[in-house]
Amino acid sequence: MTFHSILFDKDDIQGESVEQPPFFTDLNLDQVIDAITAKRQEYNLKPFFYSPLRDAETIFYRHEVMRDMEAEMLMAHIKAFVEKMVLVRRYLALVEKLDFNYHKKGWFLEAVLVYCDAVTDLARDLSLAEIKSRGFLAFREYVLTYVHTHGFESLAAEARKVKTGLSSVKYSVVIQIGKFSVQRYEGETDYSAEVERTFEKFKQGAVKDYRLDLYKGSGMNHIEAQILEFVARLYPEQFAALDHFYAGHSLFVDETIQVFDREIQFYVAYLEHIAEFKRMGLVFCYPQVSATNHDVYDHDGFDLALAHTLLNSEKPVICNDFYLKDPERIIVVTGPNQGGKTTFARAFGQLHYLASLGCPVPGSEAQLFLFDRIFTHFEIEEDIRNLRGKLQDDLVRIHDIIAHATPDSILILNEIFASTTLKDAVFLSKEIMARVMELDLLCVWVTFIDELATLSEKTVSMVSTVLPENPALRTFKIIRKHADGLAYALSIAEKHRLTYAQIKERIQP
Amino acid sequence: MKVFLMHRDLDFDPKQRLPPNQADLTQDLELTTLFDAMALGDKFLFEVANQVTLSSLGEPDAIRYRQEILKDCLKNAAIVREIYQIPIQSTQNKQKHWLGIFSRHPGGILSSAIEMLEMFVGLLRKLKQIADEHAGEFESEGFKRFFEMIQQELSEDYFTVVENHLKELRFRGGVLLSAELGTGNEGANYVLRKANHGGQNWVRRFFARKSPVYSFTLHPRDDHGARALGELKDRGINLVANAVAQSADHIDSFLNTLRLELAFYIGCLNLAEQLTQMGEPIAFPTAVDFSERRHSFTGLYDICLALTMKKKVVGNDVNADGRELVIITGANQGGKSTFLRSIGLAQLMMQAGMFVPAESFSANVCTGLFTHYKREEDTSMKSGKLDEELSRMSVIVDNIIPGSLMLLNESFAATNEREGSEIARQITSALLDRHIKVLLVTHQYELAHGFHDKKMDNAIFLRAERKADGVRTFKVVEGKPLQTSYGKDLYHKVFETED
Repeated sequence: MTFHSILFDKDDIQGESVEQPPFFTDLNLDQVIDAITAKRQEYNLKPFFYSPLRDAETIFYRHEVMRDMEAEMLMAHIKAFVEKMVLVRRYLALVEKLDFNYHKKGWFLEAVLVYCDAVTDLARDLSLAEIKSRGFLAFREYVLTYVHTHGFESLAAEARKVKTGLSSVKYSVVIQIGKFSVQRYEGETDYSAEVERTFEKFKQGAVKDYRLDLYKGSGMNHIEAQILEFVARLYPEQFAALDHFYAGHSLFVDETIQVFDREIQFYVAYLEHIAEFKRMGLVFCYPQVSATNHDVYDHDGFDLALAHTLLNSEKPVICNDFYLKDPERIIVVTGPNQGGKTTFARAFGQLHYLASLGCPVPGSEAQLFLFDRIFTHFEIEEDIRNLRGKLQDDLVRIHDIIAHATPDSILILNEIFASTTLKDAVFLSKEIMARVMELDLLCVWVTFIDELATLSEKTVSMVSTVLPENPALRTFKIIRKHADGLAYALSIAEKHRLTYAQIKERIQP
Repeated sequence: MKVFLMHRDLDFDPKQRLPPNQADLTQDLELTTLFDAMALGDKFLFEVANQVTLSSLGEPDAIRYRQEILKDCLKNAAIVREIYQIPIQSTQNKQKHWLGIFSRHPGGILSSAIEMLEMFVGLLRKLKQIADEHAGEFESEGFKRFFEMIQQELSEDYFTVVENHLKELRFRGGVLLSAELGTGNEGANYVLRKANHGGQNWVRRFFARKSPVYSFTLHPRDDHGARALGELKDRGINLVANAVAQSADHIDSFLNTLRLELAFYIGCLNLAEQLTQMGEPIAFPTAVDFSERRHSFTGLYDICLALTMKKKVVGNDVNADGRELVIITGANQGGKSTFLRSIGLAQLMMQAGMFVPAESFSANVCTGLFTHYKREEDTSMKSGKLDEELSRMSVIVDNIIPGSLMLLNESFAATNEREGSEIARQITSALLDRHIKVLLVTHQYELAHGFHDKKMDNAIFLRAERKADGVRTFKVVEGKPLQTSYGKDLYHKVFETED
């Protein structure tokens, strides 16, 4: 098996799209992807997240890799590897900037050491890891072959030898006013330790650390350079070896390794992002995906963007279920305002989009459709233009959508026509609905017009709910209308969990 | 060197998390009055009293350790107050002479640390002197260990070594460092060294060695180079400056700990002096393990009431050993709440290692003290009064554990008596089942009577006493709950005095 890419199973690798898809802001996917990629700007990961797939096989290829990465061990190994690659790049950039001969060569040596270390460790870790994905199996084969090439082996051995020599160097400096002298170190005792011992008995708890961080950025001043030159004269052999090494090696980073280093970030970034939500008790699953079957469902799904904003608050993230079974295509969401309807609609779109990237999605179990395009139309609440102009804009946009949508598209409409008269809104909505039903595409439609929910066998009604005993409280649960009422009368003590049985439950013996 | 006057083998932690219900305890038991009396206007003493009293000890043995020390303090009050002055002197010196380590370069850190140490050496000599003169007059394990440690660690020889270092650390001859090549061949692991053959002329000897030496003299106008050389020297003395500065900090924190730990006893001394002046008794309580059920005392009074009234107040005698439920009923304004508060206060004081306001007192320690008092004002808009009480109770249930002591004062009375009693009954029964001792003040007959009818072995019923002529004695005596609560009395009293 030849290794192509950790993201693609096939050779004809799909191009990266650099443009954010138009529906991103409506679905708050821009926030989601920003959060996922925020800490990894240097890899330019967004194009990966802007490029949805329709090939179920490639999605499955990614699922396999993602599942392998879910093993803490492998994730830790990969992270250790990429962190070292960051260092390699940083050191090489430094070498470009430095002025003094042995300083420059010193950092070049460090870069090689870290690189060899990174690759050797990765090879060892992968050979011990329990991996099942085709992607990792092929990559492992590649790396194991690479580390045994003569080029790599001699690079690593020589770098280690040069470093060992330099590490053995130890020298003394006497500093007086306006001058200094350098000599080999000859076993003088540590005075700080002696002073510390004297006062040892007073040690209380932790006290302030007065050691100043005297690091002064990269670069050497001429005094340090002068000292280094003296040291090189005191230890000529070690420095000759460094000269030789520097002359013999230049471009040493393997290209396939370099590409892997970027592509693997796609998985690391996503898994790291969702780990925070898993800690909160939210669940994710690998959806079944199909580009032909329009039956979809998700249990315990949620809005990933909203969950992110609730991360540091006390508020719980509300999970919702949905399913559409042939011939059902359209979910019509009605119910009280501020009840989570828009969030539900967004989540539906997000789930499908994330599934198309080959990522695990919010929910305990899911089957999702591989769309050709997603269309959204969200009412912009604070719109200052006159209503007629706005209605016209709305209709133009919807016409445009209907014109481009196919039976394989996904359509999400949120409170369209909310700012026109009821009579107009009903009329227009029914007209649009007829066209949507004709297209036979998957659609979530948030509306205040109840009639839309029962127009045909293709529509399903879902309602945002309230607590029966306190209608002012929203549950943010969106349920199919025929769900039974949740009327249970709670006594006030029960509400506070203070009945005899509840207290005994709460206080452990 | 450790102070260990609050715990046998632990520094007192002034930042220890106080129980989550500390605000309720402070309000319900009127702890501020107690702390004010201990502090006498000193903010630091107030803070320490607050911290110590609310972070209760759980082991009877740990309580006895402090009790013994406190007894020594009561006996040798003047000496203890003199020792307490030493850390205070240190604080004053620091303020007066602007001592402190504020510099941002190692040379500055080193010289200010040396100045601090010189000042501390003087105070430590004084502490040693007190130890030499008075150690024999103390009997407690804590003080004995403390004085022995001072005498052992702070010998004259030791003071000499310290003073020599303080001289050498001024580096008159120059600075000798060793270094290695770190990442990128940059100098690393700078270590300050002492020449193998010390003395004033170490530099000359150093250059007389046989191995090659390369020297470099800076151009007189090379300011940049001079600065770089200075930085290098700073790297060399960075560690020793840290060591000296940390030593100064350690001594400083030793003195601070001494101040902190003595502050509690100074507060107790202040309190004892005021109570003695009023003629109120104090007693060292007998604390027993939390698995036992003990509560018996004579002359237990509400210390906060006494401190507020500035005179002797009524004390109570009760034997509730072996009981887990104590229900107090009886006349309004008959001393029920005062009694309940005196129980709570005595418990906290006992578990802080203090004396208690009583002639004698014995109780089991509790794993947590919780109060639930009816609150007069309900400021929250969104919840009704019963709702508010229940949500407070729910927070308690979140935190309470078996072995705790729960004081309920007229709780859950914000609804009709039948409902209120039922709620209180369920809560109380559940707490008892979880081995939590409950003291419950109520005027709800339904509730008290219900428990009385059950004839429980582990329950005792107390009543605010009322003489046949209707006069209240503010005494609490054993007696079963009665149907009326004497509100009528109060009504008459209020209306008749107004006429």
